[in-house]
Amino acid sequence: MEESVAVAELRETFKSGRTRSVAWRKNQLRALIDLINENEDSIFKALHQDLGKHPVESYRDEVGVILKSASYTLSCLDKWVAPRKSELPWLLFPAKGEVQPEPLGVVLIFASWNFPITLALDPLIGAISAGNTVLLKPSELAPACLSFLIETIPHYLDNKAIKVVGGRVEVAERLLQLKWDKIFFTGSPRVGRLVMAAAARYLTPVTLELGAKCPAIVDILSSPFKTKVAAKRIVGGKWGPCTGQACISIDYLLVEEKFASTLIELLKKYIKRFYGENIKDLKSIARIVNKHNFQRLHNLLKDPNVAASVVYGGSVDEDKLVIEPTILLDPPLDSEIMTEEIFGPLLPIITVKKIEESIDFINSKPNPLVIYAFTEDETFKKRILSETSSGTVTFNDSMIQFLCDTLPFGGVGQSGFGRYHGKYSFDTFSHEKAVLHRGFFPELEPRYPPWTNFKLMFIKLAYKFDYLGLILLMMGLKKS
Amino acid sequence: MASEMEKKEVFDTESAKDLVKELRASFGSGKTKSYEWRRTQLTAMLKMLDEEEPQIVAALREDLSKPELESSVYEIAMLKNSCRLALKELKHWMKPEKAKTSLVTFPSSAEIVSEPLGVVLVISAWNYPFLLSLDPVIGAIAAGNAIVLKPSEIAPASASLLAKLVATYLDSSCIKVVEGAVPETSALLEQKWDKIFYTGNGRVARVVMAAAAKHLTPVVLELGGKSPVIVDSDINLLVATRRIIAGKWACNNGQACISPDYIITTKDYASKLVDSFKNELEKFYGKNPLESKDLSHIVNSNHFVRLSKLLDEDNVSSKIVHGGERDKTNLMIAPTILLDVPQDSLIMNEEIFGPLLPIITVDKVEDSFDVINSSGTKPLSAYLFTNNKKLKEKFVATVSAGGLVVNDTTVHVAEHTLPFGGVGDSGIGAYHGKFSFDAFSHKKAVLYRGFACDAFVRYPPYTRGKLRFFQAFLGGSILGMIRAVLRWSKS
Repeated sequence: MEESVAVAELRETFKSGRTRSVAWRKNQLRALIDLINENEDSIFKALHQDLGKHPVESYRDEVGVILKSASYTLSCLDKWVAPRKSELPWLLFPAKGEVQPEPLGVVLIFASWNFPITLALDPLIGAISAGNTVLLKPSELAPACLSFLIETIPHYLDNKAIKVVGGRVEVAERLLQLKWDKIFFTGSPRVGRLVMAAAARYLTPVTLELGAKCPAIVDILSSPFKTKVAAKRIVGGKWGPCTGQACISIDYLLVEEKFASTLIELLKKYIKRFYGENIKDLKSIARIVNKHNFQRLHNLLKDPNVAASVVYGGSVDEDKLVIEPTILLDPPLDSEIMTEEIFGPLLPIITVKKIEESIDFINSKPNPLVIYAFTEDETFKKRILSETSSGTVTFNDSMIQFLCDTLPFGGVGQSGFGRYHGKYSFDTFSHEKAVLHRGFFPELEPRYPPWTNFKLMFIKLAYKFDYLGLILLMMGLKKS
Repeated sequence: MASEMEKKEVFDTESAKDLVKELRASFGSGKTKSYEWRRTQLTAMLKMLDEEEPQIVAALREDLSKPELESSVYEIAMLKNSCRLALKELKHWMKPEKAKTSLVTFPSSAEIVSEPLGVVLVISAWNYPFLLSLDPVIGAIAAGNAIVLKPSEIAPASASLLAKLVATYLDSSCIKVVEGAVPETSALLEQKWDKIFYTGNGRVARVVMAAAAKHLTPVVLELGGKSPVIVDSDINLLVATRRIIAGKWACNNGQACISPDYIITTKDYASKLVDSFKNELEKFYGKNPLESKDLSHIVNSNHFVRLSKLLDEDNVSSKIVHGGERDKTNLMIAPTILLDVPQDSLIMNEEIFGPLLPIITVDKVEDSFDVINSSGTKPLSAYLFTNNKKLKEKFVATVSAGGLVVNDTTVHVAEHTLPFGGVGDSGIGAYHGKFSFDAFSHKKAVLYRGFACDAFVRYPPYTRGKLRFFQAFLGGSILGMIRAVLRWSKS
């Protein structure tokens, strides 16, 4: 079995200790930056082929993200690998405590198809920076990107330490039968369960970056200017990245009834301006990844009650796998479009009487990766933060939290567990080893049997860090 | 009492479902999130530990014949410290942590908010039945969760007492104890939890994690392994010996996840080490250790038989150099030392968890690292006694374990600024101190954006100019961004 040969080699390489050296890690990161810079056009071509992404979208969401991530990691790595000192109490004097990060070993990364470069290479950056060897399994649903990674990575990176494997479900299943020191998975909750169940056999720690319906609450804002900005950010955030096929895409909007039509008009205006007037003239927008997902999305619209709620768009082009940006107003809450994660260019708008009702609505659904809220009401912001649960909350924008290296990126509940980006990537692929150094002197006699009341009293005081009490006890001035 | 017995008999999947439903409602009410609730629960627990110390000591004596000092120190005093620390730091832990933002999201501000995960399950072990039940519960309370605690049935007096005390002192609408064995635990594991915290062995841990996988529940698994002790020759032998004894036999007679499991030392030094052990063991436990009141007994006959089997194996029994006495009636095994048992013997291939201490010898002390790393598993702890700086450095760099201690054993468990947990087969996740609070929290990222400076480059139609801008923007180059904008306005 090819995969187990590859894993055996990765284990040998890890055992050799080569990947622990900070110099090796930095070289790999620099090589990755070279890989991206020298192959930018090929990456744009592959992303266009797989998903119809425009080069600017590809740069903004994939190429640029990886370059930024790798540079940031390079600039921080020395700091991150250094042990963190722990303060110890006088009782243990003389002693030194620290937490030393170390690599976990041989890690497996599963990447998803919607951001095939970012979701493969960003975790890879984390794994390399932490000193691990890696097997990367990109998604076969983005075949041009998969080929690109398989062909290019061995020319730039240490191919005894970093391997890329292609193939379909059967390969993934075989990989999951093997023992890993960490599995990092981006994908659906359904497959996330299978990955974790397989990991349980070896007690392998996992990070699961999943998804769920990410809502955007749109409150009434204090000026037309702000409302326009909000509308642009909603439109640009929904259809800009991979035409809504992103785990952090706005899945649906929650707005007050009286505001819905104003918002819809603004959304329509910006959709037309950014992407074109109709399906024949669509530009600067990606397409649906494959026929299967196209059918799935098309079927969501076929429900007559759902179709009746379409207020903009709705046209599809099966040959080109394109569905135009579509807005729906109050589709039935029990329809599939409102119970399943959409992952496509359809945007339902749910109206409520008062915007505060959004909170209960959101809480009736599984915890999403992100909750977006466009509002200036500080009380409402606090309520959203304390009464809902999500991986992230972003106020007054969409998608952009993804670019923030100092914020942990991950889910909670059904949207997953574990996190990455920036130092969190380094931590996710590290073991934080506690280290305590003691001297032989002085000795605390009461530690040792045979036990007496004096020793019991001594230890009790010691545990309370009651140094005065200890002195009194030893001077015979405290009864034992 | 009668209704409690009834409850014990019928705790099945339906009961577990109802229990979780009730706790979800309690959690949903928001009660556990308040600082006040957390503070009063922690204060009540501290009161409970103060007032009920004699009962706790008695239960531990009944279950494990645990000496009073071990109970007072390793169970009660450690728990009280944990409570006090949480009470002292709670406000600070609950505060959001500011996060820096960069040019890329300008203008913005960001923070990380800790929130409770929800309804959590803590499954504990039998060897430190109070400590390993309540220490995680302290973390779960501090983080604002509703909790179900399932203590081990192998320490029944302690489990029973825990159920009674938690119901009496703590808020039983939010914190519950379920007693029972495999059927009750299975019923609990079928439910959806927001976190499962398990202390125990690798076999059951796999069952726990597989059950958690069905609901995508994150887990902390505090397991064990064979914690090795490397003993170098140029050391204060007396102090080293005593510290090893303190970590091994004075900790529940070796039945602790961080007990030194086996020793590696040089062939030349071994006999000196054995002699030192013999002397100190006699000083601590007398000539008749089977009768010492300062040693815990083996917890039950299953484990007694298991440990006896380890000693009786061919080629192993002949390697006993000290001890080996057993008392089946009282479930007692004396501190036993073995020298150079075969590497493939049972005693060298499973976690001992008892009062047997094999010593393996090597030619050079540096060879110890190969012995440890060749086992293929990572232990919960590893210990080294040496004055050699280079050896210490190599130890820290090459031995992977949950935690390492140089020149002592087990004391790291009392240090709350060090994360306590395993790696690989010894576990997932960590706790103690703030790490406990974090283990039971979700760290929610929050980004605040303003409406000013809306970057029109974000939006289509996409142009080469916008591409150049992004290249500069994501690369953090202000000059590049200005250039891009200027070129645009020219074209």
